[in-house]
Amino acid sequence: MSDPLTPVLTKRWLSPNSWRLSTYEQLEGYTALRKALRGTPEQLVQLVKDSGLRGRGGAGFPAGVKWSFMPPNEDKPHYLVINADEGEPGTCKDIPLMMADPHSLVEGCVIAAYAMRSHHCFIYVRGEALHPYRRLNAAVREAYRAGYLGTDILGSGFDLDITVHAGAGAYICGEETALLDSLEGRRGQPRLKPPFPAAAGLYAAPTTVNNVETIASVPFIVNGGADWFRKMGRERSPGPKIYSISGHVENPGQYEAPLGTTLRELLDLCGGMKDGIPLKFWTPGGSSTPMFTAEHLDIPLDFEGAAEAGSMLGTTAVQVFNETVSVPWAVMKWTQFYEHESCGKCTPCREGTYWLAQILERMVEGRGTAEDIDTLLDVCDNILGRSFCALGDGAVSPITSGIKYFRDEFLALCESNKRELVGAQA
Amino acid sequence: MSTQPTAKETFDADTAAKAKELMARYPQSRSALLPMLHLVQSVQGFVSQEGVAFCAQQLGLSEAEVSAVVTFYTMYKRKPCGEHLVSVCTNTLCAALGGDAIYRTLQEHLGDDGKPLAHEETAGTPGEPGSITLEHAECLAACDLAPVLQVNYEYYDKQTPESAVELADALRRGEKPQPSRGAPLGDFKSAELQLAGFFPEDEESYRSQVDGPSQAPETLIGARIAQDRGWTAPVMEDAPLPEVESK
Repeated sequence: MSDPLTPVLTKRWLSPNSWRLSTYEQLEGYTALRKALRGTPEQLVQLVKDSGLRGRGGAGFPAGVKWSFMPPNEDKPHYLVINADEGEPGTCKDIPLMMADPHSLVEGCVIAAYAMRSHHCFIYVRGEALHPYRRLNAAVREAYRAGYLGTDILGSGFDLDITVHAGAGAYICGEETALLDSLEGRRGQPRLKPPFPAAAGLYAAPTTVNNVETIASVPFIVNGGADWFRKMGRERSPGPKIYSISGHVENPGQYEAPLGTTLRELLDLCGGMKDGIPLKFWTPGGSSTPMFTAEHLDIPLDFEGAAEAGSMLGTTAVQVFNETVSVPWAVMKWTQFYEHESCGKCTPCREGTYWLAQILERMVEGRGTAEDIDTLLDVCDNILGRSFCALGDGAVSPITSGIKYFRDEFLALCESNKRELVGAQA
Repeated sequence: MSTQPTAKETFDADTAAKAKELMARYPQSRSALLPMLHLVQSVQGFVSQEGVAFCAQQLGLSEAEVSAVVTFYTMYKRKPCGEHLVSVCTNTLCAALGGDAIYRTLQEHLGDDGKPLAHEETAGTPGEPGSITLEHAECLAACDLAPVLQVNYEYYDKQTPESAVELADALRRGEKPQPSRGAPLGDFKSAELQLAGFFPEDEESYRSQVDGPSQAPETLIGARIAQDRGWTAPVMEDAPLPEVESK
């Protein structure tokens, strides 16, 4: 059994000036890169497969398997693209990571690029994340000067350039193919898959898109090995994970714990509910993951545990709401977010999110009817699985889960209309 | 004939050189469009039609192609902005913890004659010292520090309606209060120049920006608790890379 908290990614954050190269080098920084460059790309792909590392951006796809989709030849340039477009409501892990320890991401990029035979890596940072973008640029500059980037890295003969790129405020660019279109200088709209990015990604060349936390984990896996990584977490969801706890708890913040930690354990670590006001609902991994309630305190928060309980692990953005918050209001706010961020490419999401927002707005204003609940669910049914990308699926999560657990609260908003309805039916 | 200034009049040789530098960073020049639009905003404080034309000329695109991109992204402003851009997170979690109240209070406080300032409207004359453009923003990825706002994309954490009004008043007086996390506060245009990928050339101001604070107690809390209680990840032992057949 590992300890309740297992700081790996977050451990260096405690050091003064943790973002500087000198600090990083004093704390084992770039030792994994030396080790990796003595091995072969195939060995590194195998290592990451063996470790069971799963994508930390929300979907949880096994990172080593994703890497292995890259073609073994180099007929076309290969690209590694880092998704640092953190914007899923509740999610706040990559931004502190890039500020506190940007070199762990840079080192991970060099190792991953070497493993996938890529010589140009792009880090797509959310535009509003100016300080992380600044820190990353500074880290890349330091890494070039120290010979960790550029040509013939550490005498290995391997070349890599990193370009840090700022986005411009569009949640949809966190979807990997929309991100690629955006990086090509276009509107960030998702692409039809297949072809998947490994076949035709950036500039139609083989590309792998990985999340910040995923790639920052790689140097530790190289140094510690797959077995070490698997000592934390659970069989199919191994490793440590940054749980970002926000909302009505005494001590919100970043808690790096083994995958499979429960909300009960996390609440214990963060001092319990704020002012002792009871828990009402929470998201396990951002607003796109169906909400949970106080019934779910003991669900192991890993990919399987969250899914078996009817939600998703997402980004482990644990947003905690107490009894003072109205569920229909919260759902309306999230729906307005999806309405704003829908890219407009496909009809179910573009039109559906508008209708959903309108219905929820009128319900929250007290002008709803019980029938509106059915209409909401009907519209959700026409979005889920019928949209071009996962944004549409995410948009319905708060609504369907909110109605599932708190239907009475939606109905209560319609009380004022009830008499009229009864009268009309009589 | 139009009396609008042309792109060439508005954007000087230095800006054109920067645009070329951006194009050189990418295997295909069009990838430089997003940073180039940030560059355009750093000159004018918004993306004007001349700004669109400038990017189109640099990249060999039509103005329609550039406009299509500009209108897609919320960070590209179509009207001149204030010296400062104040973005208040009103997504669910921040809103529940006071973000909606902060935004409403600022709207009223910065409005004129009892008329609250609307989304993306400016208090004062755009571009003039002390002018503020106000917007409500989606989740700013600082939920553990809710409710948050940003000024020129630097973080001001754990705000209240009162602290936000104080901050806005200080900005209007020409002061630049230090962000909770971020570089010493500049203005909207200088932030946009950095987002285009251009940083101060003198080492001292560069360092002071990079070294601006970032580690809130909330950021470090988990690592700190672990340190205090002696909790660690399992010890690493020397692990060779796995043996595989080389292809």
